[in-house]
Amino acid sequence: MSLLIMIALALVLVGAAITVFTTDPAKQAVVLSIYGFLLAVLFMVMQAPDVALSQIAIGAAVLPLIVVLTVRKVETVRAAKRKQKQ
Amino acid sequence: MTRSMRMVVLVIGVAFVGTALVWAALYMPGFGGDWHPYRDHAAAAALAHATANVVSSVNFDQRALDTFGEESILLGAVVGVAVLLRPVEGERRRKPKNTGHVLDSTRLLVVLAAPVALILGIDVVAHGAITPGGGFQGGVILATGLHLLYVGGRYSAFDRLRPLGLFSQAESIGVIAFAAIAASGLAAGGAWLANFVQHGTLAQLASSGTVPLLSGAVGLAVTGSMVVLVAHFLEQRLLVWPPRSEESASAKGDEGEERI
Repeated sequence: MSLLIMIALALVLVGAAITVFTTDPAKQAVVLSIYGFLLAVLFMVMQAPDVALSQIAIGAAVLPLIVVLTVRKVETVRAAKRKQKQ
Repeated sequence: MTRSMRMVVLVIGVAFVGTALVWAALYMPGFGGDWHPYRDHAAAAALAHATANVVSSVNFDQRALDTFGEESILLGAVVGVAVLLRPVEGERRRKPKNTGHVLDSTRLLVVLAAPVALILGIDVVAHGAITPGGGFQGGVILATGLHLLYVGGRYSAFDRLRPLGLFSQAESIGVIAFAAIAASGLAAGGAWLANFVQHGTLAQLASSGTVPLLSGAVGLAVTGSMVVLVAHFLEQRLLVWPPRSEESASAKGDEGEERI
């Protein structure tokens, strides 16, 4: 295993841990995007550019966007429900 | 389902998957070895059809049926999102507020990056048979590039720049085109998805027969589905919560809101 692969693997491991242990979903979406980028780097180092391209397009952009939009929606619904109770 | 019941299901699942993973790992060839029987066969088959990008050859030629399946899954997922995210009864759509502030630097970056992303997307779709990429990657890049306009501007302006009906049609046309090329293979080559078009010269833009055609069809379908998918999530942001009930309907003013 080359040094480059080891560094990329270590970064992915750290990124995955940070993503899992981030509790606020809104912040998690941002961390997830960075983690997606790290995964793409790993795929690139492992000579899989096709997979890296898919990963960067989906994991670094579209998926976090969908998560952020969902979080915003859930927050507005929660705020409205809290207001109703008062 | 109670909490303890859920734990039982979880333990059974983890035990099963864990055992299978360890079992598989024990019999795997070592990391970075030079014994790759699948690669040897796939590369030879790709070269036989003058396809420079072996991954694209696997996706759109050797295992094109799998890609057709994935394409249908994507279509099904978008339909599922459309059904789940439809406005519930009484939910109203408010007019998008144009008060948000976009930094000038963000706007500049978007102006520079959006055209580059769109051209890159087309390039990745078109060269799928020769260089890394293909319909899926290029399609997602195209959809992402389009949404950069949303990041750098107003929703109302973005909404006008993106005729949703057109993208919805692009999605269907892409899937239909894939099926049509597959059926043409049946007519001309004797098999569903047969690579019946002339293979051409290796590493030329118009090489490898049906691969670039199928890649283009997938590109069309993926661009359409991604745009429609994100549009459903964006649209949800504009729905007013809570849904209006009969009593509160008269009490509240409904300026800037329209009933769906």
